[in-house]
Amino acid sequence: MIAIIDYKAGNLKSVERALKKLGFPCRVTQHREEILNSERIIFPGVGAAGKAMADLGHLGLDEVLRREFKAHKPILGICLGVQIILERSEENDVQCLGIIKGDVKLFPRSLFSEENERLKIPHMGWNGVHLHKKHSVLQGITPADEFYFVHAYYPLPALDGYVVGTTSYGIEFPSIIGYENLIAVQFHPEKSGKAGLRILRNFCTWDGDYVE
Amino acid sequence: MSKRIIPCLDVRDRKTTKGIKFKQNIDIGDPVEMARFYYEEGADEIVFYDITASSDRRDIMIDVVRRVAEEIFIPFSVGGGIRTIEDMRQVLLAGAEKVSVNTAAVHNPKIIAEGARAFGSQCIVLGMDVKKVEASRKVPSGYEIVIHGGRTYTDIDALVWAKETENLGAGEICLNAIDADGTQQGYEMALTPLISENVNIPVIASGGAGDIDHIYHVLTRGKADAALVASIVHYGTYTIKQIKDELHARGVKVRMRW
Repeated sequence: MIAIIDYKAGNLKSVERALKKLGFPCRVTQHREEILNSERIIFPGVGAAGKAMADLGHLGLDEVLRREFKAHKPILGICLGVQIILERSEENDVQCLGIIKGDVKLFPRSLFSEENERLKIPHMGWNGVHLHKKHSVLQGITPADEFYFVHAYYPLPALDGYVVGTTSYGIEFPSIIGYENLIAVQFHPEKSGKAGLRILRNFCTWDGDYVE
Repeated sequence: MSKRIIPCLDVRDRKTTKGIKFKQNIDIGDPVEMARFYYEEGADEIVFYDITASSDRRDIMIDVVRRVAEEIFIPFSVGGGIRTIEDMRQVLLAGAEKVSVNTAAVHNPKIIAEGARAFGSQCIVLGMDVKKVEASRKVPSGYEIVIHGGRTYTDIDALVWAKETENLGAGEICLNAIDADGTQQGYEMALTPLISENVNIPVIASGGAGDIDHIYHVLTRGKADAALVASIVHYGTYTIKQIKDELHARGVKVRMRW
């Protein structure tokens, strides 16, 4: 069973629906035992970092996540889930899980595209990913595939080694982060058509091994 | 980032109102089937507009939303008759990514702020119906917000309203030019860049698409982030793929793989 962690951050049903469509049993849960007994964990979220960290802490799930990461369980972070695995977020200036060294940054105020068009914030819509590394969860994904993003903050790990993919939006920012049994994406695979479903399917059969 | 092509489906009593001729022999008029068709065809997002008049309309639409959400894995929004935070909650819980408010926001702008606080700005689309009028003290831009399908003028300036709703927390604007709507003569090319360049949230241009050239212009000169399409795809004049192929060939960045 796959545990989709419920910490009141946004609509989790869309992730659940996508897994159902793919035929993987899953449960949206905030119960410690259920998460500890799961085969793998999806850690989604939209909303603000401050509230997310407060809710996780309140439910005791911050500890569960750190522990499950160390226990080598495959974990997929989505959207806010790619941000709060870092140490600190500029959003609400809050301390995060610290599984990976680095910070969460706000996009610069004035951003321009290569064609010199002013870019709006949040970054909302479809964009591609430049893959820097191979990863089992990204098998079959090509540079032509695009994914649905909605965010004003982006993850910035302290080491390039954590960055699996980047996306261009005025700046080149890390959009996929991989570290051991943790893979995390800034976009919403559950809303990114077939390319997104492929990532979810890959994750659901991944053994958690990743060698940089 | 890619410009989005967004088919719009008007739904009344579980049926889409514009009949379509598809070669693939699809059950035309079923919103779920149509959503799936456009999803497969490469639509980047889908907009549903609920024009059901009956008293059990909410339940009917929620059922449609729920079934659509099981079939398509791209964002979709639902508008029409959203008046309260509870209306928003039901639609979002049923699986829509966004809700769009129009008349309700004019009557009660606070609903935007409350919706953004409860669900996040990215969920709240402001639908604006706009008519060109004589510029005046009340409507300095010469574009006025109208409601009730364009029958009622509000004395609200479109540009002022766009900025105000952005400040209230709207995450996106769907800009419908009433005069252009249904004409197939092209999008409103003065209004669209005026709004888009003066807000920092995405603007979806709506109303007037008759050929691919119109879409090209509104996404380039018109500064729109996305183009709403209805008749042009429903009547089979062009497929989404044909639209995207041509835009791509003319240098507009669109999602080409799905």
